[in-house]
Amino acid sequence: MLLEVENLHVYYGAIHALQGLTFHLEEGEIVTLIGANGAGKSTTLNTISGLLRPREGSIRFKGQELTRMRAHDIVRLGVVQVPEGRKIFATLTVSENLDMGAYTRTDPAEIARSRERVFASFPRLEERLNQLGGTLSGGEQQMLAMGRGLMSRPTLLLLDEPSMGLAPILVEEIFSIIQEINSQGTSILLVEQNANMALSIAHRGYVLETGRIVLEGTAQELRDNPQVKKAYLGEA
Amino acid sequence: MNRTLKSLALFLGGIALGVAAAGLFMLFHSSLTPQELEAWDKDGVVPGLVMQAGSIGFGVWFLYLVGWITRSQIRKQAGAGFGKIARSVAGNALMILLGLWFLWRMFIQHPEGVLINPTLFAQYIVDGIRLGFVYALISLGYTMVYGIVRLINFAHGDVFMVGSFTSFYAIKAMRLHLLPAKLFPSLSQWVAITIGTVLVIILSMLVCALLAITIERVAYKPLRNAPRIAALITAISVSFFLEYFSSLPEVFTSNYIIYEQPFKVVSWKILGVQISNVTIIIILVSILFLLLLRWIVYGTKTGKAMRATSWDKPTARLMGIDVDNVITKTFAIGAALAGAGGVLYAIAYPQLIVFMGIMPGLKAFVAAVLGGIGNLTGAFVGSLIMGQAEMLSAGYILTPMRDAIAFTILIIVLLIRPTGIFGEPEGEKA
Ligand SMILES: Nc1ncnc2c1ncn2[C@@H]1O[C@H](COP(=O)(O)OP(=O)(O)OP(=O)(O)O)[C@@H](O)[C@H]1O
Ligand SMILES: [Mg+2]
Repeated sequence: MLLEVENLHVYYGAIHALQGLTFHLEEGEIVTLIGANGAGKSTTLNTISGLLRPREGSIRFKGQELTRMRAHDIVRLGVVQVPEGRKIFATLTVSENLDMGAYTRTDPAEIARSRERVFASFPRLEERLNQLGGTLSGGEQQMLAMGRGLMSRPTLLLLDEPSMGLAPILVEEIFSIIQEINSQGTSILLVEQNANMALSIAHRGYVLETGRIVLEGTAQELRDNPQVKKAYLGEA
Repeated sequence: MNRTLKSLALFLGGIALGVAAAGLFMLFHSSLTPQELEAWDKDGVVPGLVMQAGSIGFGVWFLYLVGWITRSQIRKQAGAGFGKIARSVAGNALMILLGLWFLWRMFIQHPEGVLINPTLFAQYIVDGIRLGFVYALISLGYTMVYGIVRLINFAHGDVFMVGSFTSFYAIKAMRLHLLPAKLFPSLSQWVAITIGTVLVIILSMLVCALLAITIERVAYKPLRNAPRIAALITAISVSFFLEYFSSLPEVFTSNYIIYEQPFKVVSWKILGVQISNVTIIIILVSILFLLLLRWIVYGTKTGKAMRATSWDKPTARLMGIDVDNVITKTFAIGAALAGAGGVLYAIAYPQLIVFMGIMPGLKAFVAAVLGGIGNLTGAFVGSLIMGQAEMLSAGYILTPMRDAIAFTILIIVLLIRPTGIFGEPEGEKA
């Protein structure tokens, strides 16, 4: 197992945001976490990334405990998050944003190769290398956020709502790129509101409600589940 | 810009207004002949009255400050824009009036005015440039630290003082400036002294950097997630601590001491204007450090990480940046610049006391706000303006005005453009 999350409890002050979360992810998988607003999806990713400390429970990546590690050391292990809302460094240029993605790496030739790969996926970024991140359009910022995440050559990519605020055509494009990244060997934990799209590319999925997993199964099983259909796929 | 900063600056402004009022009184007082003075103020009570006026001015401003904060709270809730417009009008009017009065005084009224004695004017400008470059070295530290942790590091001026004292001991006790000449007697004297002076500056920079790292670790880091005002109060306490701890006889001293310059000060008269080698060295060294800093911030990976951290700490951590490490480096670099500034300042004004960091520190802070706090270019430009403002008001108004002018500028900036010259307009991400 690549990632193993067990009985995770996370609090914001008195708010009990994650209430005993347990799930796992195998090497090479795309696993999606779906859930309504406030279900605890971003909290889960931030806890894995080390931005939040759980009060209880464990997170193991390749058998190694992450809950005691510092955020930047977790990135060095290859667990990289593309956060919700893009979080581009607005005062840095596109090129510098990509450099920050490669912060943990040192070999310039390897970094240059990663850059080429990012540009192959997102040619728009290459045209805007010297533009300030803050002046990109929302869609371009999402591309940059993904590209920046890829620059670290992650083993496990944590994606928080990559489709948020994008036009349908761009959503399609982003999702096909996610699939492509996955087919090149990166495992992906995908958090989405857009359950339809997420389940169309994921291998397995979990449904999160107020900090608990309420359903799990293969993507197909979840898509066929009447509860999921009603609550998340907008079908009657 | 956050409200803590504004209210604090207004508080300082209140004190300043008191001082300014007192200064203007003194000006009037000193313009009288002894006979007139005798007739007007037989028992010499006016200076006492002036002090009282000063404190009243301060009191009025304090009330105004409280009112201002309350009003801004109310305005926030009501969303009304009137107060803002009124402040802007008041600020602009104040600035124009002061400006006109100052020009009148500078050109027409002053017995040694610009038209009568242009050489003196040129001299003030040159001295102002020298002062401005020293302020630049200090204000960059303020602005960098503010940019990255949103803290006004009031201990920064005292780090500058420690830089001066370190160089004092390096020269007086260690004779570090003579070391190259001793080790390599074959070197020409000029080269040996240059290297020696550079060694002194580097030692002071190192000591200041270590001091700042310690301060950051001990005092500020535990408060990283506390309300900002807590860190601000801590910074002021650290400042007091450094001043009074340094004044212990076992540490430095509480007395004024005369500084021994590492090289001989020579000055030349160019078109009647005195220019000393100290002035030239200050300008060159400052420019060198400013370019170096620009290169670090814009050209290196560490610099990019600093800017990323300054924009968004959690996301910087998601990139694998060790944010605490970046913050430490920022403090160290800022302090090293202040240390270099401390040495240069001591060489230019060779008299030291443990409180010597307060005024330059505050003025460099004003310079940083004037330029737009968090902005490197702004801090530099603001410092040059502050240098000129100080020398010209000392020259053409009254010597004590050199301190009051800084705070007058602060008030005006906060009234009409709180984000400073280069700052982004409000509403940007803080
Ligand atoms: N910084 C915080 N302080 C207090 N409560 C928080 C904080 N961040 C999140 N919460 C609470 O924790 C719960 C889970 O939030 P989280 O952001 O993980 O939801 P989410 O599933 O990502 O929602 P969305 O789809 O809207 O992004 C919510 O009830 C939220 O209000
Ligand atoms: Mg979320």
